[in-house]
Amino acid sequence: MADPFLIGEAMTCGYGDANILHGCTIAVEQGEIAVIVGPNGAGKSTAMKAVFGLLPLRGGVVRLGGQDISTLTPPDRVAAGMGFVPQTNNVFPSLTIRENLEMGAYLCPQNIEDRIAQLTNLFPILKERSQQPAGELSGGQRQQVAVARAMMTQPRVLMLDEPTAGVSPILVQELFARIQEIAAAGIAVLIVEQNARQALSLAHRGFVLVQGKNRFTGTGQDLLNDPDVRQSFLGG
Amino acid sequence: MATKTETNGPPREWHRPWGIAVGVALLLIVLPLVGREGAGVNLLNALVRFANFVVIPGMTYGSQLALGALGVTLIYAVMRFSDFAHGDTMAFGAMGVILATRVLQGMGISAGPLPTALLALPFGILGAVTLALVFDRTVYRFYRRQRAAPVTFVIASIGAMFVTNGLVRLIIGPSDQRFADGARFIIRVQAFKEMTGLSEGLALRTTQAITLVVAVVVVLALFLFLNRTSLGKAMRAYADNEDLALLSGINPERVALWTWILAATLATIAGTLYGLDKSFKPFTYFQLLLPIFASAIVGGIGKPLGAIAGGFVVAFSEIALTYPYRKVLDYLGFETDSLVQLLSADYKFAVCFIILVVVLIWRPRGIFQGRVI
Repeated sequence: MADPFLIGEAMTCGYGDANILHGCTIAVEQGEIAVIVGPNGAGKSTAMKAVFGLLPLRGGVVRLGGQDISTLTPPDRVAAGMGFVPQTNNVFPSLTIRENLEMGAYLCPQNIEDRIAQLTNLFPILKERSQQPAGELSGGQRQQVAVARAMMTQPRVLMLDEPTAGVSPILVQELFARIQEIAAAGIAVLIVEQNARQALSLAHRGFVLVQGKNRFTGTGQDLLNDPDVRQSFLGG
Repeated sequence: MATKTETNGPPREWHRPWGIAVGVALLLIVLPLVGREGAGVNLLNALVRFANFVVIPGMTYGSQLALGALGVTLIYAVMRFSDFAHGDTMAFGAMGVILATRVLQGMGISAGPLPTALLALPFGILGAVTLALVFDRTVYRFYRRQRAAPVTFVIASIGAMFVTNGLVRLIIGPSDQRFADGARFIIRVQAFKEMTGLSEGLALRTTQAITLVVAVVVVLALFLFLNRTSLGKAMRAYADNEDLALLSGINPERVALWTWILAATLATIAGTLYGLDKSFKPFTYFQLLLPIFASAIVGGIGKPLGAIAGGFVVAFSEIALTYPYRKVLDYLGFETDSLVQLLSADYKFAVCFIILVVVLIWRPRGIFQGRVI
């Protein structure tokens, strides 16, 4: 079987002496949405950081398009086509929305106007408030700017760390709809999410982590229907 | 839009009582004067004296502080530490300008009515930038890679301060240097008196006018750079959110390089203008560190606009609180034997300290909501 487009295989890593991930595997294909869920402290965000290179691996390997990228620094991974939206501090607060987008295109400023136009179609707020500092936006609007900034790097993989944290319920739906559109355009999307039920319902692949290990893996629908998963993580 | 008009409404209401109070106060001062003979002329004399001894020196000194504080605030925004060497970087840059001025004068080159120092400025900037980059490569980069705490950088910058200080004294000596040449005045006291017929004179020195013009040009250029160029925006982005800047492909070494280039350039210009206006003495520049830090903090450290506002607040406070107002009050009809000087000029550093303490206690983020120190 061919390797998935992006795979973090048998990853082991952690902070200090203790390991948080113990041989955990995360994978996503182009055009698909993969969701990492699990209880607090399961290592969801850590798995994301390990895939992106923010935390050095002590075991395992990360491959993008079949190439081993385990030794690349995060900025090099951005250049290799990985876009990352951190959970917090994911915009430049004193820069305007427009400037935030420009910074996303810092490495390759070609046809920047086209890319901005594309993203403003996806997120109309970006155009309406283009001259407003990003720090003045509400949580939901800020997330849109953060996703758009990451998209400006023209990634092949978009990684989102809890994109719906602090976003009002109506906007959560909206945000997920936009993320589905991004995946439909052929980009691999990897999401860490607290909002497990909603996220799994749109995921092609779901990973349930417990204590740094894969507990359940399957399509989002399978996981939602699995009585064990429902019992332990989705509250029945 | 709707929210905008709402927020604009109430403050206007609030301003009205203040407007009335100020109006009444002005009337109370002006009315008794109008009744007296020659009241209009005396009012003009008072204003001229005030302009000559408070407004013009305040604007000049304020511009010099603003340029110095801009450098401090840029370094703080990007590198996240207070650069204690900045005062001595100003001295080093100004020293380069003085040496180049002497060479140019020796070659018989001058700028006509303008000081030769303006022609020598690029050489001084080159010297200061070189020094700043040497410190960055040998000292600060090491700590940057270690991701050292800001206080480590501060202590390192104190070391850089002593080294720079020593270099300046070794090369040009600790004594006073005067290097202003060209026309001394744009407006002379005597000419002003003859022109206006007032008994009070007003002088505008060339160096004061140059300070103001250069400061405006430099500040405009800096803001264009920060807001319009890709590199300037990247610097602001890096100052805003270092981690996200890395994820956007912004190279921190390049940002650091340009921050030092800008800060050293601003320092040289500020140091040269100060030296032209007063005189060059290494120790004075070390002492300038206090008002410069006060300016940056009052304005809101990390905010370029704040540095400028802070520079003028500090300069005008220092001058307005230490100026003897007896003659101004004389013209206004309040004759007294006292000098009406709120503080002796020796206390001007105390003014800086008081401003610093007041701001740090009641408004630690400064006028423009900079960072909390």
